[in-house]
Amino acid sequence: MILVHIDHDLGTRAPGGVTGVDPLSLQALAAARTLDDAVTAVVAADGDLPPAAAAELRAHGASGIRVAMHPGLADYAPQATARILATLVEEVCPRAVLAAGSARGNEVMAHLAAILDLPLATDCTQITIGPGQSEVTRARWGGNLLEEARVHASILLATTLPHAFPVTPAPAAGEVHTWTPQVPDADLLVRVVERVMPTGAVGVGLSEAKVIVSGGRGVGSAEGFAPLAELAELLGGTVGCSRVVTSAGWRPHSEQVGQTGTKVAPDLYIACGISGATQHLAGCKSAKVVVAINTDRDAPIMQVADYVIVDDLHAVLPAVIEALRQ
Amino acid sequence: MNICVCIKRVPLLGSAIVLTEDQRSIDTSRLGFTVSPHEECAVEAAVQLVEEHGGTITLLCLGPAAAVEQLREQLALGPDRAILLEAADEVEPQATAALMGAAIEADMAATGAPYDLILLGSESADTAGYQTGIRLAHRLGLPAITNVKGLAVADGQVTGERAVGSAREVYRAPLPAVVTTKDGLNVPRYPSVPGRIKARKKAIDIQQVPLPAGVPAGAPAGGMGPRMEKLRLIVPVSEAKGAQDLGTGDQAAARLVEVIRQIGVLA
Ligand SMILES: Cc1cc2nc3c(=O)[nH]c(=O)nc-3n(C[C@H](O)[C@H](O)[C@H](O)COP(=O)(O)OP(=O)(O)OC[C@H]3O[C@@H](n4cnc5c(N)ncnc54)[C@H](O)[C@@H]3O)c2cc1C
Ligand SMILES: Nc1ncnc2c1ncn2[C@@H]1O[C@H](COP(=O)(O)O)[C@@H](O)[C@H]1O
Repeated sequence: MILVHIDHDLGTRAPGGVTGVDPLSLQALAAARTLDDAVTAVVAADGDLPPAAAAELRAHGASGIRVAMHPGLADYAPQATARILATLVEEVCPRAVLAAGSARGNEVMAHLAAILDLPLATDCTQITIGPGQSEVTRARWGGNLLEEARVHASILLATTLPHAFPVTPAPAAGEVHTWTPQVPDADLLVRVVERVMPTGAVGVGLSEAKVIVSGGRGVGSAEGFAPLAELAELLGGTVGCSRVVTSAGWRPHSEQVGQTGTKVAPDLYIACGISGATQHLAGCKSAKVVVAINTDRDAPIMQVADYVIVDDLHAVLPAVIEALRQ
Repeated sequence: MNICVCIKRVPLLGSAIVLTEDQRSIDTSRLGFTVSPHEECAVEAAVQLVEEHGGTITLLCLGPAAAVEQLREQLALGPDRAILLEAADEVEPQATAALMGAAIEADMAATGAPYDLILLGSESADTAGYQTGIRLAHRLGLPAITNVKGLAVADGQVTGERAVGSAREVYRAPLPAVVTTKDGLNVPRYPSVPGRIKARKKAIDIQQVPLPAGVPAGAPAGGMGPRMEKLRLIVPVSEAKGAQDLGTGDQAAARLVEVIRQIGVLA
């Protein structure tokens, strides 16, 4: 049997049970189905699993659904969630426990790994499990490098790299069992105590933007971003930048694209004065079309771009804006 | 306030990753080294907290002897001292947390000054395990707040804020605690010349790490019990795109507008 940790109500959790299943958890469910027919989805919450959520888990291959109900779980509590999984691991002795390679999935699994003192393979793109040991392929360096590893453990703990395992419908029986777990107070110490919602109008977020006009060191200054912002607005998109730009304080970190910034997947990514370091490319390689504007024909970004303009961005961008306005 | 910040030496990758012949490591012979932005933010946060509350900062690194270079760089920003646990090979997170946990316990016993806060990055730049901070917290019996982009200490409590989309989640825990940080928490300062000069005199305590208990002789560092064994690394091949050159100046601008029209992003 494989246990799959199901995250839910991302960022909107309200007391009184589950309202929505995290789509990335369905990818972990999809990965589990490739390993075993018996896949139990585990949900930790403070109330019932509504029929629609149970149906969604069944439709995606959950042959069993275990719902742990505890009043301390009115909002996300990572260590308590891991404790519940640990109790279940002891009860059912699964071959593996999987979760999404999201901030929360990795966090809950790290707690579980620490509690069970087992290795944890994060951000896996491939998983095979055998008796006493498993093999995984996992992402390093923001996906710029893959690692093949053998996990020596009787229970594999792993998280799935977002979008590595496609979600396909696979109806299964998925009978719901609900129970009330024992959770020590110490495990409930760290949990969400408050949510701060964004105030005022929020523009198009980087991760949803269809067009990103992104600037690097070559933009030269904070003021230098004016034509980039103008072009982004004309195209209904948003501004992105490299880490050099956020370190210099020219733009806020929320606009940083890359390994330690945001991973983006726009239809069009216009990289202006960005050299294309691997850590930057880790964030924009899912863009459908990349246009690079750079004075250096040999800059690495020119190798991954679909269209290049070898020229000063401050000469090209105003001309593009003018041409678009006509 | 006594703060410990865990930083890791990682190669500064160029535009292409070259592997060693055995395909188990990155060929770093032509690369510089650095620490991850997540960890730079952790050091900056520690410096700011000590400016506000007073106290000391100790840097902790598990890595090769050459990691002294990264420790000196970070010491130039304000931390007081550093501990280097010398290990030649890559050590997996399970063993890293065990070794760093033991070193922290020994250090607190030796100085008689317990740490109020232990800071780490959310994930290391190279291996991205997403777990060392949490494992360390369990080992030391401390609460762990992770992935923070906002951090404050008041009344014996630490508050961490975590981004979820455009909203923020707030977590709170009593000190002592472990907190893992994310790039964007702050804008790390640059070292000053006096800072660099002072850093040369700061103490770096270099310790040879004993292998964790239960490791058979000859086993790789961290080769204890259930473990993850690296087999080989693979550089994913990205198809060469053969970029189309749009020319320069006004001509390039006109052709780019055509491309934009074709893609259909223009309303
Ligand atoms: C662990 C780690 C994580 C990192 N994470 C990230 C991340 O998330 N995102 C990120 O971006 N970086 C990240 N970095 C930093 C990364 O390695 C590079 O330093 C950074 O991306 C370089 O930014 P840049 O391209 O703006 O600057 P540079 O590399 O300096 O490139 C500037 C470019 O501008 C061009 N140029 C100059 N003037 C003009 C002009 N007038 N017109 C047109 N072109 C011009 C130059 O030819 C050059 O190619 C990370 C680094 C590490 C070690
Ligand atoms: N060898 C090491 N030396 C010092 N700190 C480390 C080391 N390995 C991991 N860390 C810390 O733990 C964090 C998370 O690492 P990881 O669990 O490997 O992703 C990193 O950002 C560092 O702050």
